[in-house]
Amino acid sequence: MTQAGSIEITEKPRAAAAPRARAGFLRQAFAVAAKDLRSEMRSKESVNASLSFALVILLLFSLAFDPGSDQVREIAGGLLWLVFAFASALILNRSFARELVNDCLDMLISSPISAAQLFLGKAMANFVLLIVIECLCLPVFGIFYNVTWARRFGLLFLVLVLGTWGLTVIGTLFSAMTVNLRLRELMLPTLVYPLIVPVLMGTIQLSMLLINGEPIGQDNQLWFRLLVAFDVIFTILSVAVVETVLVG
Amino acid sequence: MRTKVILALCLIAGAILAWNLHTMFLSVPDEANQGAIFRIIYFHVPAAITSFAGFYVAMFCGLGYLANRNLRLDSVAAAINEVSLAFASITLVTGSIWGRIIWGIWWTWDPRLTSYFICLLMYFGYFMLRRGIDEPHQRARMSAVLSIFACVDIVIVWKSIEWFRTQHPGPVLSIRNGGGMAPGMEAPIWWNLVALLMLSTALILIRTRQQTMQHEVETLRRYAHAY
Repeated sequence: MTQAGSIEITEKPRAAAAPRARAGFLRQAFAVAAKDLRSEMRSKESVNASLSFALVILLLFSLAFDPGSDQVREIAGGLLWLVFAFASALILNRSFARELVNDCLDMLISSPISAAQLFLGKAMANFVLLIVIECLCLPVFGIFYNVTWARRFGLLFLVLVLGTWGLTVIGTLFSAMTVNLRLRELMLPTLVYPLIVPVLMGTIQLSMLLINGEPIGQDNQLWFRLLVAFDVIFTILSVAVVETVLVG
Repeated sequence: MRTKVILALCLIAGAILAWNLHTMFLSVPDEANQGAIFRIIYFHVPAAITSFAGFYVAMFCGLGYLANRNLRLDSVAAAINEVSLAFASITLVTGSIWGRIIWGIWWTWDPRLTSYFICLLMYFGYFMLRRGIDEPHQRARMSAVLSIFACVDIVIVWKSIEWFRTQHPGPVLSIRNGGGMAPGMEAPIWWNLVALLMLSTALILIRTRQQTMQHEVETLRRYAHAY
């Protein structure tokens, strides 16, 4: 644990009063998230790497097609989400791997917080980092490819939030699963990308419409429902199995 | 005893398959629109059902392992997933051949094909993960969790044909509404399914035995190193 002081290790969850226990549950998760964010703010290692990687991908895309053509606007949603998906792999890989030094992961697991709290804390921290990177990439993307992305920013932000949570929740769980493996860096994207394809399909479809300023018709509301359902299902599933993954 | 069961399953499956090949090629007429190539459905659909059934049974074996921590269940789950992956590949290859004749292309990014391909990739990941972990119980836990995640994702695969516009042909079997096959034409599909399920059971038994032996060899090797 790089910031040991920020976790209240003396406080145990109180099962007697359910609302208080629930508040305690979230408070411990927030403590883990705050620890991760503070540690990241001080070192900036994942954010810097992820952001530069995103910029490199944006550069590489310009070689694949004519960056000035109208075609870019049609595929903008797809390009953006590929950038986000690639950039997220770096953040997610570091999420649990950074705890390996000095056996911090073992300390976190043996601290009086449940694996679910640890997982949710880590997922929230990754989510915030990814949203920051996405919000930084959007204007750069707009400038590089001459795309007006802010026309329907409210809804676009909602898509960012829903998509990123789906990506984060799966990615964080698999980050925990692969943390002790050889070839961890290779394993994580290979396992995570096939699973998050439904999220990517939904977000790409919606982002494409929103960047072009088109209305979301009855047909495409299905994608919103898909994103929400995916987020809910996999959050519940991840919280349910994370104890097995981390503790045994 | 086990060898006899495997042998019996293989013999019965072989006999049913031989009889079905006879029915498919000599008794069943060509389909009105597709011609002779429609016969690929007799292997395509049973292989798809066998693979899906396998993935789910393997998930339940994984859940069983998580409940009992019995490594045998993990060996069974791995064996089932291996055999199901083989059948999933058969589905994809036969589908591709059919697509080449009817659609004129080997592959199209239709949602269902894409989803099936994703499903295949997930199970490639499953075996990569298994190879990456040496400790048997850790391997079993992670495999079981991945299996659960993959199976939940398969539901999206299964529903995709109803959710999205698709160029994949609609369901043709009579158990689903809108089935359009004549009973005489449909029967060999079910018989082939029976044969393929028997064959896959035989293969699973063989693989489980090999996995158990592998565990024993690993344990003996560890003992040998210890002394």
